[in-house]
Amino acid sequence: MRPFKYTGAQNKDQALQAFTATSHYLGGGTNLVDLMKEDVERPDQLIDINNLDYKKITSNDKGGLTLGAMLSNSETANHPEVRTNYPLLSMAMLSAATAQIRNMASNGGNLLQRTRCPYFFEVSMPCNKREPGSGCGALNGMNALHAIFGYSDSCIATNPSDMCVALAAIGATVEVQQTDGSSRMIVFTDLHRLPGDRPEKDTTLMQGELITAIHLPKPEFSDHYYYLKIRERSSYAFALVSVAAGLQVKSGVITKVGLAMGGVAHIPWKLTKAEGFLAGKKPTSENFKAAAALEMKDAKPFEANTYKVEMGKNAIVRALTQAYEREV
Amino acid sequence: MKEDDKFKEEVNLDKLSDDENIILDAMGLNGSSRRKFLKQVSTASLGIYASSFFTSELFASTMKDLPENTTALLNEIKVNLRVNEMVKPLTLDSRTSLLDALRERLGLTGTKKGCDHGQCGACTVIIDGKRNLSCLTLAATCEGKEITTVEGLAKNSEMHPMQQAFLKHDGFQCGYCTPGQICSAIALLEEAKNGEASYVTEDLKTIKSGLTLSEEEIRERMSGNICRCGAYNNIVQAFKEVHSGDNEMPTWEFATQEQMNKAKNA
Repeated sequence: MRPFKYTGAQNKDQALQAFTATSHYLGGGTNLVDLMKEDVERPDQLIDINNLDYKKITSNDKGGLTLGAMLSNSETANHPEVRTNYPLLSMAMLSAATAQIRNMASNGGNLLQRTRCPYFFEVSMPCNKREPGSGCGALNGMNALHAIFGYSDSCIATNPSDMCVALAAIGATVEVQQTDGSSRMIVFTDLHRLPGDRPEKDTTLMQGELITAIHLPKPEFSDHYYYLKIRERSSYAFALVSVAAGLQVKSGVITKVGLAMGGVAHIPWKLTKAEGFLAGKKPTSENFKAAAALEMKDAKPFEANTYKVEMGKNAIVRALTQAYEREV
Repeated sequence: MKEDDKFKEEVNLDKLSDDENIILDAMGLNGSSRRKFLKQVSTASLGIYASSFFTSELFASTMKDLPENTTALLNEIKVNLRVNEMVKPLTLDSRTSLLDALRERLGLTGTKKGCDHGQCGACTVIIDGKRNLSCLTLAATCEGKEITTVEGLAKNSEMHPMQQAFLKHDGFQCGYCTPGQICSAIALLEEAKNGEASYVTEDLKTIKSGLTLSEEEIRERMSGNICRCGAYNNIVQAFKEVHSGDNEMPTWEFATQEQMNKAKNA
């Protein structure tokens, strides 16, 4: 690991003031420290933000919950209010990593996880995300784990987070502090960006911005929810394909749908077409299949990941079915 | 014999690789200063080698055999590490992981370095009651935290019930993942008591404390501790015994001398 200066911040002002262009904020470190050991991340300074007071879960004025950015993933997923009102989020978060990693990982850090593309991790390989201009090793290489939606010639990597898939389905807002002391709100689906010709930029955050909270809307999917995660082993693996499905059903008709997919794009992939199709329709398997087909017809797989199209279709249908058939 | 030749015989400068010579050149160590440096290195290496012959339940008595605090580090940090109810002030390079601080500076080599990338769980320790990976935790972030390693589990020379259960149920073969497995399992006992859920928990919305974990639940919740020998069945049995409080006997037993003789003569 390259040398870096360690700065322990006691509050947000100290953290923001210490920030320089070559700094990183340090949360749980489960992704960042690993990437530093791999020589992928090379910060000159780590600003430890673990003592910042963003560790609460509170009610917000939208009738929802606000999750502190520095709360751990396990504390968040197991918070009684999250489990009762946003079980879809709990389920997605509990599917991720292991108990040890969930205890360490912060909510803010989860949103900023970097891709698990092997070309990004291996510094002897070309990767535009790690080394802009060096090329994309996966484009004509081993791309079984890669995107089928929204990629570019520069980058075909996927976002690894499970939590983010659930947040995209639920529809959250992210609050960030800027270095000039002001704050701003980012609609969750605007936080991550498609690779385009700047794959080194995962998010729309500006330099030095610090995530402080995640605001959730009024709970809508506490009865019908399911997070389906398909992976190469049954625990402790990243998703090949995952689906977060939330439904609101009244008098046999779907009144609200939240659907998003993981493992298929550079961002948590919101299934807007399927959501639009299902709203106002009956929760039948024909409708679920039609919604899945509508969404997946735009998929453009590579040689090694064509399986993701059929898997994705089936995963959408299964997640919706499990969500609907859940005993209330 | 000239001093130079005598030194060559001791250290054999000719045997240094090109890379080693480049490193020493880069450090500005030439001629006599290089020789002096190499002598110190070999003495220090011997010191570290010798320290492995001292064993003790507590690290306090082994501390004297460990290297002195290094000074003038590039990015020096000071941290008071509170490990197994003892506080030790340390001066470290900012890059030092908690795992390396425990092993290299406190002599607590019970915690193992497996992958060093958060993929195997061998380095699991308990921090403020929660299981964590010490390989991905920077020591600098541990000020004021209560760290428990496998060395701190026994009380009054009596092993923790989980340690006893691992022995009884043969929850290991090579033993390398065991300290991590045991720390992880002990923290899991608390998680179950607190009613924490997992991905395979059927009903997330009903929250009750004092969970009784099924085998499926135990396997999912222990998935962060990889066992290369595949002792998983016995690890689950060991956990179940402590978790349920039932004094279950393993489904196997050690052969008696009589049985051994009988088998040999059969």
